[in-house]
Amino acid sequence: MTDRTALSLDQEAPARPSRSLWATAFLRLKRNTLAMISLAVLIFYILAGIIGPEITNHHYAEVYPEFVKVPASLEGYPKSDEIPALAESALARARLDLGQITVDGGTIRVEASSSREIDPRVTRYLDRSDLFANSRIAETSADGQSVVMEADVERLHFYFGTDANGRDLLARTLISVRVSLMIGALATSVALLIGVLYGATAGFVGGRVDNFMMRVVDVLYSLPFIFFVILLVVFFGRNVVLMFIAVGAVEWLDMARIVRGQTLSLKNREFVQAAEALGVRSAGILRRHIIPNTLGPVIIYMTLLIPKVILLESFLSFLGLGVQEPLTSLGVLISEGAKNMRGDAYMLFFPAATLTLLLFALNFLGDGLRDALDPKDR
Amino acid sequence: MLSYALKRLLGAVPTLFFIITAAFFLMRVAPGGPFDQERTLEPSVMANLNATFGLDRPLHEQYLMYLGNLARGDMGPSFVYRDFKVHELLGSGLPVSIQLGLSALLLAFIVGATLGCVAALRQNSWVDYLVISVATFGITVPNFVVAPVLALIFAVWLDLLPAGGWQNWSPEHMLLPVVTLALPQVAVVARLIRGAMIEALRSDHVRTARAYGLPTRRIVIYHALRAASLPAVTYLGPAAAALLTGSIVVEQIFGIPGIGRYFVQGALNRDYTLVMGTVIIVAVFVVLFNLLVDLAYAALDPRVCYD
Repeated sequence: MTDRTALSLDQEAPARPSRSLWATAFLRLKRNTLAMISLAVLIFYILAGIIGPEITNHHYAEVYPEFVKVPASLEGYPKSDEIPALAESALARARLDLGQITVDGGTIRVEASSSREIDPRVTRYLDRSDLFANSRIAETSADGQSVVMEADVERLHFYFGTDANGRDLLARTLISVRVSLMIGALATSVALLIGVLYGATAGFVGGRVDNFMMRVVDVLYSLPFIFFVILLVVFFGRNVVLMFIAVGAVEWLDMARIVRGQTLSLKNREFVQAAEALGVRSAGILRRHIIPNTLGPVIIYMTLLIPKVILLESFLSFLGLGVQEPLTSLGVLISEGAKNMRGDAYMLFFPAATLTLLLFALNFLGDGLRDALDPKDR
Repeated sequence: MLSYALKRLLGAVPTLFFIITAAFFLMRVAPGGPFDQERTLEPSVMANLNATFGLDRPLHEQYLMYLGNLARGDMGPSFVYRDFKVHELLGSGLPVSIQLGLSALLLAFIVGATLGCVAALRQNSWVDYLVISVATFGITVPNFVVAPVLALIFAVWLDLLPAGGWQNWSPEHMLLPVVTLALPQVAVVARLIRGAMIEALRSDHVRTARAYGLPTRRIVIYHALRAASLPAVTYLGPAAAALLTGSIVVEQIFGIPGIGRYFVQGALNRDYTLVMGTVIIVAVFVVLFNLLVDLAYAALDPRVCYD
């Protein structure tokens, strides 16, 4: 009887398909609501960074001198009650006596008269301003001394407002998201590459070499890190791509330590000894056995490194050491917002909220991945 | 213990030496010099300036000269802030940075430890989740966002505190910068203490103390916290070194005359001696605080013993 139950249990066991480490991790991640929301937010950011700057109605570097520091608004600019004044200033050089100016939806009607006959080409004064287009003479009086002009009003939408130079803050925020994400991906890859190779080599070779290599890491740790970054930026000039690499080259230290620790515990395991006994060379063992087995902690650390790198880039840009005008980054926008916060708080709010949400999403996702990949509480 | 501390301090000398050497040569390889201006100086003036500061000599000679002066306690003149010696600049900025950093450190440890303990004692309750959320917020939001937002709310909108400026030990000038500096540290300390506290509360010695019928407060403060503060102390060592040597962002936003600003300005102006001075100060603080952490270990954990 007992034998039978044991047997039936044995037979049932293979019926459940075995799951790989990654499949299990993904299942566990799916159960973590916060991490899944973060993943969705992150995907939204990635899409916004890739296609956002292409589909906004303003270019991030385009200057609108008429709209400097206009607050964020869903309504288009100029606002209806401002249009007559703008039309008057546009027509100031035409030397006409302006009569009634009416705004009706998207068109403006201007009555004008003069002591002489009016040249129909006078409407070009309206066209010359960016705000009006398609201007035309609607009516001309018999003596030709008074006309009614019509023009379409070009309404511009600044959903996030404009900055101190009159550039659309939405477009600038979107391009900064692109810059931040690119920096995050590139610099993390550089840190990953250097850190994993360095750490695995130090841990695997061991002995004096390990001692020396880790001593170098210790010394680099105690170098004031910002000084290091500034020097790198000074060396490379303000080239965005090279700056990514510089940031990555600074951030590999933790990665190297983690990988070294993992390697130390891995290299005495049986499968490594077996490979050694079979005559596999050191490089082969490192590539085939050691590095793949360190990937779990490395991936966890990597997801937490990305927000750190993004933060570092914003910090450098905040100090004015980062990307250069007209390209921009969240750090630059926040720094400008901080300068203009008296009166124009929206200039601080939008970039700060964008950066904060992005960092939150990355951190929560990183925490979720750590919980999902951590075999300790399976 | 004393001999251990001395041994460690002696052991730090080669590290410091290496850092000084690396910083010296790295900086000199970087293009540009301290006297580069938008309007180029006449060659003869430039040559005179370089000769005055010894910049015309071969690099290795300059290096040996710098080391020699340093050994006599002379960090040299600043190249850009004329009429100031580097130790004068650092000497006027460092007390301010230390004041700020020390206050932030104390605040971080007290508030962080309290939050961590409360969360650990009520694990998985709403208090716990609240503390974790606040901690995540503190870690995630960078200080160059927190600082202007705090200034905006408390200085511009509510008009309660000054938006910047500095007076020694004036609480109203210190409040905003200290809170900004302390916030991320509070968050990390709370997280670390919470994690270690949960473990400590399950440990044998705490169970024994409970069995003796000691009051909970006494158990938490005397028995559990002592063990649970080890990871936080480890973290606070390097963090303290960073806090005390000044925060670039906080000093810039609140207009505080600490030494944080010299890092950036010095490197951008190629003010070689000033940058070397700041590098040395930071390195010394890092070494010192790592030693303090190890000594604190021995004080907190009777099993650790240095002989």
